[in-house]
Amino acid sequence: MGDRVRSFQFSGEGFVPPSTADFNLPPAFGHSEYTTKPVFLVFLSIIVVSAFFIAASRKAAIVPSKLQFAGESIYSFVRHDLGEEIIGHEFMRFVPFLFTLFTFVLTNNVFGIVPFLQFPAMSHVGFPYVLALFSFFIFHAVGIKKQGLGKYLRGIAFMPGVPKFVYILLTPIEIATFFIVRPLTLSLRLFANMFAGHLLLLVFITGGDYMLHDSHTFLKILSPFSFTMGIGMTFFEFMVQCLQAYIITLLTALFIAGALADEH
Amino acid sequence: MHHLLFAEAAANPLVPKTAELIVGFIAFTLLFLVLRSRVVPMFEKAFAARTEAIQGGIEKAERAQREAQAALTEYNAQLADARGEATKIREDARTQGAAILEELRTKAQEEAARILASAHSSIEAERQQAITSLRQEVGTLATDLASKIVGEALEDQVRQSRIVDRFLEDLEKSK
Repeated sequence: MGDRVRSFQFSGEGFVPPSTADFNLPPAFGHSEYTTKPVFLVFLSIIVVSAFFIAASRKAAIVPSKLQFAGESIYSFVRHDLGEEIIGHEFMRFVPFLFTLFTFVLTNNVFGIVPFLQFPAMSHVGFPYVLALFSFFIFHAVGIKKQGLGKYLRGIAFMPGVPKFVYILLTPIEIATFFIVRPLTLSLRLFANMFAGHLLLLVFITGGDYMLHDSHTFLKILSPFSFTMGIGMTFFEFMVQCLQAYIITLLTALFIAGALADEH
Repeated sequence: MHHLLFAEAAANPLVPKTAELIVGFIAFTLLFLVLRSRVVPMFEKAFAARTEAIQGGIEKAERAQREAQAALTEYNAQLADARGEATKIREDARTQGAAILEELRTKAQEEAARILASAHSSIEAERQQAITSLRQEVGTLATDLASKIVGEALEDQVRQSRIVDRFLEDLEKSK
């Protein structure tokens, strides 16, 4: 980002708004796609999450320390609100997956506003795709295991309790929903929110920077407003980041619950 | 500028980079394995221990409550027993007292009757004695008096005795 800002500062060609190209950060070293910032951030996130939760759960005390309490709060939020409440009595099998999904997405999202990291890995669509694939694979596997392949697919394609002629419309819609729309919306919702949020911050902050350095006096005066807006949007982003982590986990839990239920 | 080259290489943000798919998969799997093996069981252990501690506490309290209840019932029973005992003892004492009183009264009455009877008999004896002695003395006195008054010596014992007897018979008749 800093690189980019400098590039248009010296260009003297006016403000270049941030674009999708700004998300394609160059590799930190070498020429490999494996040495880019999002890749490092994703690895950093799993180290941070693992370290935090191992430290928090290590003692497993009846009366928790502050650290254990903090870890437990997040864990029991996923376990209870996203697991037990939605999936029902078989929820415990899915808690590790849901817990990983939630903490992984939350941490990577929040990295988007953590100083010096300041990049949401989920704005690179490859990561959300992977998560959606996991979710997709798991909820179908659960459904097939629970109901048998034939019955499960029949349940999706021919929703029970519907007049026969409606299947002309319903069957393609249901199949598309279960095999295309669900994984796609799951990943794209997360991707788009993180992408747009980061872009929004870029606009206000690079815009403010441009106004301060490269414009006329009048615009220089206005630049604090742009920065203020950038700070305000940062708080808003934090909310969106948490919300998106919650939503992707919630929807995955709902899909699993749907696959576990006999009737769709 | 490097990044312009990359921008051209992957201009469409919806097309994933292979590296990121692989990294995402590996990172997520690693995190999943760590959390599943190291974190989830520990939290579950803590939850279970907490549940047990709370339930154990409740059970303990319930047991104590039951024990206290049993002890209370026992004490109440004992108290009731003691009360019954006391009542019985009091009742017995009253009965015994009444019996003793009755016995004493009877004895006293017997004694009184006995004393009365002996008094009567002694009085009677004394009366008889008095009558006897009186009979003798009156005869002597009367004879002495009569002889003095009449001036007639009534030395003759037989005649004297006859006169006295006749006098006493008259006395008895006039009664």
